[in-house]
Amino acid sequence: MTEVSKEIQLKKAEDRRGHGQWRRRWRRFLRNKAAVFGSALILLYLLTALLAPVLFPGNPSSPNLTRSLERPSWEHPLGTDELGRSILGRIIHGAQVSLFIAVGVVAVGLIVGVPLGLVSGFYGGKIDFLIQRVTDTLLAFPGFLLALSLVAVLGVGLKNTVISVGISMVPIYIRLVRGSTLQVREQVYVEAARAIGTRKGTILLRHILPNVMIPIIVQTSLGMGTAILFAAGLGFLGIGVQPPTPEWGTMLGSGRAYLFNAPHVATFPGIAIFLAVLGFNLSGDGLRDILDPRFRS
Amino acid sequence: MFRYVLKRLLSTIPVLLGISFLLFFMLRMLPGDPAQVLAGQMATPEDIRIIRHQLGLDRPIHVQYGLFLGRLARFDLGRSARTQNPVIQEIWARLPNTMLLAVVAIGLACLFGIPAGIVSAVRPYTWLDYLATSMALFGISMPVFWLGLMLVILFSVILHWLPAGGTGSWKHVVLPSLTLASFVVAFITRMTRASMMEALSQDYVTTARSKGLREEVVIVKHALKNALIPIITVVGLQFGLLLGGAVLTETVFAWPGLGRLIVDSILARDYPVIQGAILIFGLLYITVNLLVDLLYAWVDPRIRYD
Repeated sequence: MTEVSKEIQLKKAEDRRGHGQWRRRWRRFLRNKAAVFGSALILLYLLTALLAPVLFPGNPSSPNLTRSLERPSWEHPLGTDELGRSILGRIIHGAQVSLFIAVGVVAVGLIVGVPLGLVSGFYGGKIDFLIQRVTDTLLAFPGFLLALSLVAVLGVGLKNTVISVGISMVPIYIRLVRGSTLQVREQVYVEAARAIGTRKGTILLRHILPNVMIPIIVQTSLGMGTAILFAAGLGFLGIGVQPPTPEWGTMLGSGRAYLFNAPHVATFPGIAIFLAVLGFNLSGDGLRDILDPRFRS
Repeated sequence: MFRYVLKRLLSTIPVLLGISFLLFFMLRMLPGDPAQVLAGQMATPEDIRIIRHQLGLDRPIHVQYGLFLGRLARFDLGRSARTQNPVIQEIWARLPNTMLLAVVAIGLACLFGIPAGIVSAVRPYTWLDYLATSMALFGISMPVFWLGLMLVILFSVILHWLPAGGTGSWKHVVLPSLTLASFVVAFITRMTRASMMEALSQDYVTTARSKGLREEVVIVKHALKNALIPIITVVGLQFGLLLGGAVLTETVFAWPGLGRLIVDSILARDYPVIQGAILIFGLLYITVNLLVDLLYAWVDPRIRYD
């Protein structure tokens, strides 16, 4: 057998091993009923968000004061709010808003946190010290309080909610990626890459980053849930996404005034938040179970 | 032990400096002139000039930071733009309420969470375990403010058992502290389960069992004692989460605490109060973490010799 064909054979065997590993992981995932249920919830949430204009055509924010605070009926299965708007319609369109927030927040966390964590863990020394002291300071504030403080400076609204909650996630990504990088940088393949003179940037991107992806993926799933909760919390307090945008937390906040005569206004948006967050938490736990060997039972 | 305490105390200094730095630049990041913001819309140029001088804003930035640190050291956090009262006075008036809520909530969370975690670990993969872990997951996923509202609907609107908000008697504490406890009980249950399961699989537990010790003694004296460190850590960390949760819970129940003060101040753009309250929250969090670290050394004597 020539050198080239031997190499091809080896590559094919490696591919087969890779597929086999993913197939095993997939089977393990399917066996985890909680994770499957969580994924079904996420799928439902994604479909609702993406198909919102089809599921509930029209403007979910246009008021109809003659029908305000109606209880659930055939016409409005979840009732109407104080301005006579369908709560179901607003929840469906709210899925779009919360998906945008969740993706935006996690993107901010990833874009800022992952490179800083990689650099901090890989280079060590002064740069690590500096990044870690800033991280310590940010972690000295509970996540929600940090987001709240940033909103106080940046102001309310959708964009600022994403930025504030996103920044509050950054220290978590930095710590996570740094910890994993510290482990990976001691591996033999990194040492080998160094020995053959590979550039540090290349080592970081081609050898370290792919090997710290698992905790990042798990954190991203859990982070999406936290992002939805934090953004809803800010909306509830009146300092997040502003009305009339159908954001779940904002809807819940405005429903608080009608707790005694129309409790459904505050009830249903809360259920929507709960199910979406539960989906991400269950999937995150399931992903950790199948991807991270330390959590394998 | 003394050296350990000293080392741990010294290690908080960089974080405290970091927080002061963050707060200093928070005020500088505000859109427009901070003096103008503090003086309000109706202020004359002379008022603004006086405030600028009082705050030292007419001096170089490093001098300003030094002055800021000096004021912080004396707990001089300025005056509220809304009420004109000293910020520290506003904070002290509300801090006991938040602390009461936090302490009762963390007590309740430990009371439910630790036994639930132990039962879950001792009887793994049984209906008891599934019940405890499912409840924990539900607790983590549930918006605390929504749970608070649902408790109000059930216990205040439907059953008329407890007040929907305010302060005054023990009855007023029940719903807010239950709401806040639900926020952290889940983490305590999960951590207790995980660390108890690990402890129960250790050789010393097998030895204790083979000596013929009663199961309760094995669980409490041998396993739980060794599983305590991660549980204490999570209780300490949850205290921070609880402070974040207090902001929401206090709003739901109109509880006059520090969390509500922050929200009201954000809505009124009362920056000195926001700054002061956030500083106090940060200090509380650091203090609790410090106490947790000291507790480690007490629970596990090996730590203080590291």
